[in-house]
Amino acid sequence: MTVGKSLFEKIWDAHVVHEAKGEPTLLYVDLHLVHEVTSPQAFDGLRLAGRAVRRPDLTVATMDHNVPTLPGPIEDPLARAQLDALRRNCEEFDVRLYATGSGREGIVHVIGPELGLTQPGMTIVCGDSHTSTHGAFGALAFGVGTSEVEHVLAAQTLPLVKPEQTLVRFDGSLPPGLTPKDVVLGMIGQVGVAGGVGHVFEYAGEAIRGFSMEGRMTLCNMSIEAGARAGMVAPDDTTFGYLERREFAPTGGEWERALDRWRAFASDDGVRYDREIVVDVEALEPQVTWGTNPGMVAPVGGVVPDPAQYADPDDRGAVERALAYMALEPGTPIGEIRIDRVFIGSCTNARIEDLRAAAAVASGKRVAPGVTALVVPGSAAVKRLAEEEGLDRVFVAAGFEWRNAGCSMCLGMNPDVLQPGERCASTSNRNFEGRQGRLGRTHLVSPAMAAAAAIAGHFVDVRELDVEAVPA
Amino acid sequence: MKPFTRRTAVAAVLDRADVDTDQIMPKQFLKRIERTGFGEFLFFDWAMDPGFELNRPEYRGAGILLAGRNFGCGSSREHAPWGLQDGGFDVVIAPSFGDIFRQNCIKIGLVPIALPAAQVKRLQQFGGRELTVDLEQQTIEDPSGELTPFPFDAFERHRLLNGLDDIGLTLEHEDAITAFEAARG
Repeated sequence: MTVGKSLFEKIWDAHVVHEAKGEPTLLYVDLHLVHEVTSPQAFDGLRLAGRAVRRPDLTVATMDHNVPTLPGPIEDPLARAQLDALRRNCEEFDVRLYATGSGREGIVHVIGPELGLTQPGMTIVCGDSHTSTHGAFGALAFGVGTSEVEHVLAAQTLPLVKPEQTLVRFDGSLPPGLTPKDVVLGMIGQVGVAGGVGHVFEYAGEAIRGFSMEGRMTLCNMSIEAGARAGMVAPDDTTFGYLERREFAPTGGEWERALDRWRAFASDDGVRYDREIVVDVEALEPQVTWGTNPGMVAPVGGVVPDPAQYADPDDRGAVERALAYMALEPGTPIGEIRIDRVFIGSCTNARIEDLRAAAAVASGKRVAPGVTALVVPGSAAVKRLAEEEGLDRVFVAAGFEWRNAGCSMCLGMNPDVLQPGERCASTSNRNFEGRQGRLGRTHLVSPAMAAAAAIAGHFVDVRELDVEAVPA
Repeated sequence: MKPFTRRTAVAAVLDRADVDTDQIMPKQFLKRIERTGFGEFLFFDWAMDPGFELNRPEYRGAGILLAGRNFGCGSSREHAPWGLQDGGFDVVIAPSFGDIFRQNCIKIGLVPIALPAAQVKRLQQFGGRELTVDLEQQTIEDPSGELTPFPFDAFERHRLLNGLDDIGLTLEHEDAITAFEAARG
């Protein structure tokens, strides 16, 4: 059998600018997304060296991490200074900026796809680890640090050592009530938070083909939580249907030519992956994390584990520290964990389908007494669409707060933070210590599970609730 | 970038698995627009606990960090290696690293050395004492006099030994970049 090329290899090979034995490969970057937090020092570096941005036309900036989600001025002087720096840098270096209030702003990994900037076969980087999100379109997309941001600004390329590739095959079809978030949390629980180090994940299988683009973005978004550099799904009609007529998608004859080109970005038969992982989707239940990394996860019907059951001393130590931080006892049923806060948002789960799923659970119900629940759309466009569909009214009637777009409580770089000791059901991507606020306790779940927890005041299996059809 | 060839320094031990960059440099310090001065915020939240490992007096002035597996996982924030470097560390030795963190270290001249877990554990017994990391020889000398060899990518080693600027190296291929752009139209 001939050795075929994978989706990853096809994209890699099409972007090689220079290669030489014993050196990293110089790879071209098609799209560079920029935000306020990881770019100021990179622009300073350009100024110091007297360099320009090589391709401002391939560079797009937005404001997301620091932005308050309530209307009004930014009170934090440091946050304001960082946003001002981005505005000045974009003016000076001629970079397109979707600033707060432009109507096109939002979380960088939400607006790239929704503007049609993200396209199959591209190489995409951003100074943010969740850049893996864009792999949902069959792009090679990964996060980089600030030195690399400066490098891409100056040279539109990156020297890279070729990663290895893992095929992650999801077997079976998605059971009713299960979401892409449960699938990806289940996968991370299986492979561990370092399971993908040094690798690019290609996701395949029947369940993935059935996912919407929103679902594929949730899946690829959390590739980095398994340690993978990037995650990818080969493009298909679902991908093309999503992209058609988006602002920066090709049009007319260009669109037809693009489709021909994009259809070639599927893995051939006979690809030799460095590793294969199989995930049994039908065995999964809705997932809830109990610890301080996304691999510390259990089915909603399960219990908090006992550190004693871990043979490896490093694992045991990590679980002991996690349970102490999370104030959880081994053996506690997940369904008995009570929560104080709910956060529905982030680049993982703040797209329109996520909000529809949460609204379907919240519709006609009330947030439990003592629980504060926040819904933060991923972009200004998602917010407008949700309001057209009346989702905001469903949430507000149920006692949720309806906010403006931003990263919000996913990482607490803005006024949305947990107070010490507060416990949160969150649709975001990281349950690290202090991630949502110092001494805050985060449990990662799907949007439907977060809404259900808001109503019940504790974790509950969303499949056992009386959930009406998605309001549309 | 400052070249690195060899350093003798006190080794500090942080033997925890999966230490993420949110712990190394918490988010409240990511709003600064400067590249320097992050050392005082290193492990900020953990350091508030008097029992935190790196608060031990014998680790004062440490320049080598002996860490656990998957060190630096999570966020891409380069502020984490900036904090380690500004806090006096030139070398981190661990069984494995988060990919982006490792890349960020290489870019700024902080040397990430991956060794088998058993060798890292063995070196951890010398916490609070001096180790000598020699990138030229690719060895770590411990107080028992033993030399532990470590693997290192040849190109990255060359860059670190000479303190070469990555962007400068890439721009030597300016013609290739221009040709690539021209070919795509």
